[in-house]
Amino acid sequence: MLEIKNLHAVIDGNEVLKGLNLKVNAGEIHAIMGPNGSGKSSLASVLAGREEFEVTDGDVTYKGQDLLDMDPEIRARDGVFMAFQYPVEIPGVSNISFLKTAVNEVREHQKLEPLSARDFLKRTREMQELVQFDSALANRSLNEGFSGGEKKRNEIFQMAMLDPTLAILDETDSGLDIDALRIVADGVNKLHSKDKAFIIITHYQRLLDYIVPDFVHVLNDGQIVRSGDKNLALELEEKGYDWLKKEPVTS
Amino acid sequence: MLAQIDVEFREQILNDYQGVSECQVCDKPDYLVPIREVAFSFFQESGFPTLKNEDWKYTPVKRYLNEPFEVDQEDTNTIAPADAPYFGKQLPGYKIVMINGRFDPEQSELPDSSQCTIAPIIDVLREPTVKERLSKSRNYGANPFLAMNTALFTKGIYIHIPKNVKIDHPIHLVHYAGGEQKQFNITKNIFVVEEGGEAEIIESYYHSGHAPVSFRNSATEILVEPNATLHHIKLQKAHSNLRMVEHTEVEQKQDSLYNNYTFTLPGMNFVRNNLNLDINGSNIESHMYGLYLTNENQLVDNHTLVNHREPDCESNQLYKGILTDRSRAVFNGKVYVHSIAQKTNAFQQNNNILFSDDAAIYSKPQLEIFADDVKCSHGSTIGQLDDEALFYLRARGLSKADAQSMLVNAFAFDVTEKLVDEEIKAMLNEEIDKVMTGVIS
Repeated sequence: MLEIKNLHAVIDGNEVLKGLNLKVNAGEIHAIMGPNGSGKSSLASVLAGREEFEVTDGDVTYKGQDLLDMDPEIRARDGVFMAFQYPVEIPGVSNISFLKTAVNEVREHQKLEPLSARDFLKRTREMQELVQFDSALANRSLNEGFSGGEKKRNEIFQMAMLDPTLAILDETDSGLDIDALRIVADGVNKLHSKDKAFIIITHYQRLLDYIVPDFVHVLNDGQIVRSGDKNLALELEEKGYDWLKKEPVTS
Repeated sequence: MLAQIDVEFREQILNDYQGVSECQVCDKPDYLVPIREVAFSFFQESGFPTLKNEDWKYTPVKRYLNEPFEVDQEDTNTIAPADAPYFGKQLPGYKIVMINGRFDPEQSELPDSSQCTIAPIIDVLREPTVKERLSKSRNYGANPFLAMNTALFTKGIYIHIPKNVKIDHPIHLVHYAGGEQKQFNITKNIFVVEEGGEAEIIESYYHSGHAPVSFRNSATEILVEPNATLHHIKLQKAHSNLRMVEHTEVEQKQDSLYNNYTFTLPGMNFVRNNLNLDINGSNIESHMYGLYLTNENQLVDNHTLVNHREPDCESNQLYKGILTDRSRAVFNGKVYVHSIAQKTNAFQQNNNILFSDDAAIYSKPQLEIFADDVKCSHGSTIGQLDDEALFYLRARGLSKADAQSMLVNAFAFDVTEKLVDEEIKAMLNEEIDKVMTGVIS
């Protein structure tokens, strides 16, 4: 589904991705871990299409197409979803009417009829329940005055509504208490299917107690320095990242 | 001196003053004669404001006045075209038709006279409330147009809401402008809401565009008495051939509420609003909401002044601007909190988005506080749309144009949502959407 080859990216003159390779197949959950500044969020930003990042080398293929050539909204309509690490507050834009526009943009792109008001409402209710997102919040301005946990849950709610093929969760677990973490994880597990893939970027192992990844990759200095199964995450939890930084790339 | 304007126009003004002061059939109550004299001699001395006047520093009025205007020529034959599509036409309510400042009862749809008094200003000069309003000392230095207005006015409307009367529908003033000649019209309005009364007054403007340029010099004196409420909504959208200075003085008494909403949309090439609030009692609430959405070479200037003279009051100003093309806007807001006015809450905010490299905004929020137990804040921002918010919306599948339009509407919505009147709110949101769709796509 997604193939990243030798990806190099620069922001403000600093190279943040230095030859990153990753292959994600449908149905897989990949966890990307790594210390601060290793390039985790840069990877998410490049995949979502942030214009501040300049890709200087390498390519990214998504469903057989050149992902880097697509505008952010086209990526979204084609099923790429990024849950933001810091969701923005947009006063005056209603959460629900924004989401309705987004859902119908995605559907139009996928040659589906727009959802009727009633179907949209029905789907909203189902998904709110699925991710335990308070309907009072759904009707407020987008993220305005939401707590950190509410913002993250709103990301998962939007993900549920947009039903992406490839979801990238950029440190969605950071700043969440254990209950919110469990709700977010439950949401991901319920949405996961054999057609969908997840890339879960996280600093800590604890989210992986609830979402079991097929692969764990460790990112350091803009490259994946080690890949393994879920046991790698446990090993990291125990030893920290320093032992990997010192070792040469072996994979 | 008046030297800076067209010679004919200058003569017109002098003639007009002579006409007003020597008029045989006009009512000239004793109290008014010296008031007019003082105002006129001031105006003769100062002339129209230049850029040297601090309150007109960014507002070159000369370029809007440099025409051979005819001042307040009798035009009683002019009638308002019934099908004129003024902005706000679909709104329900009573209608007061004003033609170049002159009240036209024939075309108006007035409330029952038991509800309130509506009369041409010139017929009610001896009313105590009118006398009281007109006798108020005003700062002509900052407002030379007001001096001219007071010296020369013969037209305008008086609206009086009696004690404890709540007007059942909005009163909609429709100001038609234009004539055969280039017109300069002076109009003086007085609104009085007596104790416990309540009203909503809407103002709309119309110029056909076929008629030559018109300049409107309007001054409105408002008194909101104890426990009374006035919602005052200006829908400033008309053809570019209309230019105007609208001066509004509001005095509020204890426990009263005054809400002013001033919306200025693309059209008129020059609009200057002065809104001065005198908070003259305790437990008063005042809200001033402004939205200016400007295009082409429009100049829109909002000057506000709030005087907190008594304790325990709240005033709140929110002015937002969206500027496109070569348009310019000015926001100058002043809040004085006098030393006696403890427990004052006074807020003032001006936010602007520039949509073009050629647009300009001059923003100056000012607070002067002489009391020590108050909550006051002021602020001003000038910027572009938030890139982070734009990316967020695009990352969810919205096109760049849709995302921009959504953000601009959200920015403006902050002001429109304050409207209690749902119909006006919907009308404005639709209009903003329409204008911005043209700008963005």
